[in-house]
Amino acid sequence: MKRVYINSMASISSQKTFENTEFLDTIIEYSEPVIFAHDPDYKQYIAPAAARRMAKGIKMGVVASKIAMDEAKIETVDAIITGTGMGCMIDSEKFVSAIIDNNEQYLTPTSFIQSTHNTVAGQIALGMECKAYNFTYVHSAISFESALLDAKMQLENDEAKNILVGGVEELGEHTTKVHKAINHIKPTSVSLSEMLKSNTQGAVFSEGANFFVVSNEKLQNCYAELIAVETFNTLQKEKVSETIESFLQQNNVQLADIDLVVLGNNGDVDFDGFYNQLSDAIFKNTQQVYYKHLVGENNTVSAFGVWLASKMLKTQTIPEIVKINDTNLSEIKTILCYNQYRGQNHSFVLLKKC
Amino acid sequence: MNKGVAITGMGIISAIGNNVAENYDALINEKKGITRVDNIETIQRDEIMVGEIKHINAELIAQLNLPPENNYSRTAMLGVIAAKEAINSAHITNIKKYKTGIVSGTSVGGMDMTEKYYYEYLTEKEPQKYIESHHAGDSTQKIAEQLGIEESLVTTISTACSSAANAIMLGARLIKSGKLDRVVVGGADCLSKFTINGFKTLMILSDTYNTPFDENRKGLNLGEAAAYLVLESDKVVKAENKKVLAYVKGYGNANDAFHQTASSENGDGATLAMEKALKVANLKPSDIDYINVHGTATGNNDLSEGRAILRIFGNEMPEFSSTKAYTGHTLAAAGAIEAVYSILALQHNVIFPNLNFKTPMKEFSMIPQTKLKKKELKTVLSNSLGFGGNCSTVIFSKEA
Amino acid sequence: MSELKEELKAKIIEQLNLEDVSVAEIADDDPLFGDGLGLDSIDALELIVMLDKDYGIRLSDPKEGRKIFESVEVMASYIEEHRTK
Repeated sequence: MKRVYINSMASISSQKTFENTEFLDTIIEYSEPVIFAHDPDYKQYIAPAAARRMAKGIKMGVVASKIAMDEAKIETVDAIITGTGMGCMIDSEKFVSAIIDNNEQYLTPTSFIQSTHNTVAGQIALGMECKAYNFTYVHSAISFESALLDAKMQLENDEAKNILVGGVEELGEHTTKVHKAINHIKPTSVSLSEMLKSNTQGAVFSEGANFFVVSNEKLQNCYAELIAVETFNTLQKEKVSETIESFLQQNNVQLADIDLVVLGNNGDVDFDGFYNQLSDAIFKNTQQVYYKHLVGENNTVSAFGVWLASKMLKTQTIPEIVKINDTNLSEIKTILCYNQYRGQNHSFVLLKKC
Repeated sequence: MNKGVAITGMGIISAIGNNVAENYDALINEKKGITRVDNIETIQRDEIMVGEIKHINAELIAQLNLPPENNYSRTAMLGVIAAKEAINSAHITNIKKYKTGIVSGTSVGGMDMTEKYYYEYLTEKEPQKYIESHHAGDSTQKIAEQLGIEESLVTTISTACSSAANAIMLGARLIKSGKLDRVVVGGADCLSKFTINGFKTLMILSDTYNTPFDENRKGLNLGEAAAYLVLESDKVVKAENKKVLAYVKGYGNANDAFHQTASSENGDGATLAMEKALKVANLKPSDIDYINVHGTATGNNDLSEGRAILRIFGNEMPEFSSTKAYTGHTLAAAGAIEAVYSILALQHNVIFPNLNFKTPMKEFSMIPQTKLKKKELKTVLSNSLGFGGNCSTVIFSKEA
Repeated sequence: MSELKEELKAKIIEQLNLEDVSVAEIADDDPLFGDGLGLDSIDALELIVMLDKDYGIRLSDPKEGRKIFESVEVMASYIEEHRTK
């Protein structure tokens, strides 16, 4: 079995992350419970003729994939695999509301076409004329991890050399309102530093795109080695610790080997307990970091967690703003990322320094 | 690497039957399920025909014995019905005995409820329970729950009309790589105003019975369906002394990278998908005994797919037919229901007719099988081609 | 007629999101598809809806659109002849 490496990456998030030379050097403060992406100049990357039908999510996906491809210095890949929990919300909303508002009359095809979940992966393929394997996973909070697992299997078996993997999510106005109505979004504004202590239900909703070139050949400036990915549709709170331990064991890693853990805390009083029980027990003496206070919550934001972990492994630095505790870690060799959403769809991603 | 993955169970619900036996009966007796739409109120009613499952939601809820406060979309209910039949047919009584996962394809997901309660969600408490059923993964999550699959790999693929074929593909790879011992694979999609009007804007819906591979084809009929297969590792098959229905022998996915909705003129993507599948199966084109074509009966699909098939098979063309004239195009579920039909073809050594065909297309001389035909079948190739240039091929075989 | 042509140009730009094109840049006889404005089959479907909604002309076969949408000139004269609103 071949080893799998993260050779390059790109992140469009609510922070200034699309320039790979930076690493959370300046932080954008937010206090609203819905936060948008800090956009690159899309026109710099996409020709007007191609961009004219693209909703935000497609633009973010296409541009993030371009930045990642450029960094890996490759023109094409052997597979394009994306994850998106909600798909292209903006066009879906446009088409549904047009059906209702116009009583099924005078509907136009563009928003219907763009509402298809695999639009982003399709447009990336179209843009680089890539006729390779093209998959899109749409399973809530593990959409990205499903894509990553698929890529990993193909690379391990040498069915592919380079694979573009990414997660993308866009905010839709109506969907946001609807999720507010059922308290999945925080009721009031909350500042970044206060998010974990907010003691309220719901999360800060966001959008973004995180793309990676993963390969079974290590580039010199590689970010990380991808050791394992595993997902669980259900997992009782009491069973998270033992499941982590058996996951590590299967991958010949001891709990003590974990230098740093990337946790998916989003400040939802009902569900942060999944993480806090780990911070208080098995990872009590481990360096803990979190990120959703910077980039919010969305179905593929765990890809930002992987981005953060990979960046820390490569640069061997931990930005102060992401630290939950401080263990004066001298070297970061092994990182575990753990995420879940509303108690379901749990994922573990294990990364090592390369 | 070339050994097939065992299929030990299957289940289906479509416009031509509520289970595998009913579907088979309809297929061999040429009973199509295409009618006007009854369960959805739409102004397009007189302009389209559909492959609709006639049970209303209340009947499905009763059949599944769901509590009144349930928040199942129609996609989820159809999925649960087909998945349960698949588990029963694989004689699985203890789902937890082996590491079991599920991979499902859907494109509509919970859109049927979203379009019904879109604005009510903001003001009415009662329908708000469906907000969480909107996302595509919800139906899969519910099927897993109904089957008792916990703490396992449960995921969803949405690549438009090739979704279920791709779910079968991933499932086969999960078994081969040893990640799972057993996996339920397939897809589900219900009819919705969203897809009816969406395809209407593309002007590819026929106002009468769809006629795959016919010169005068007028477009597709949308359908709704769900179908699942149970794939099991050799270890489980041996330990449980399982009867194997057929094998997933080969699979391939490629992208046409040509246009957002249309297929390329020469079917590059479909050609590549078939080539890859043959390679994984270690088979030559001449080893294929029957092709269950995608054959949606749109002008573009049948021409592009036909050319791709000619590129692969040339003068050694086996019998081929599209079963879309029976069921309509069931979108994300199509690859799964046609997988069930391919397995039935292998089991019964029979080729199902391509109904409604009259006139060969002028671009080539491909003539589908139009009458039920008995033939010893060892391998069946099934194509699923979708939006975003997504092209998939799965090859099923009698022998591993 | 020339008023209709200007109206059509503005509508084409708006409907098809041609951000980088102005009304003045579209000549009456510029081909809309292929080498001209570079429109494609999805745009043709958008224009078919526009014909229906704004001028009361219903096309049932998208192939008919291809001839009508050859240029703004051709489009305008077709609309003049067939419009019901």
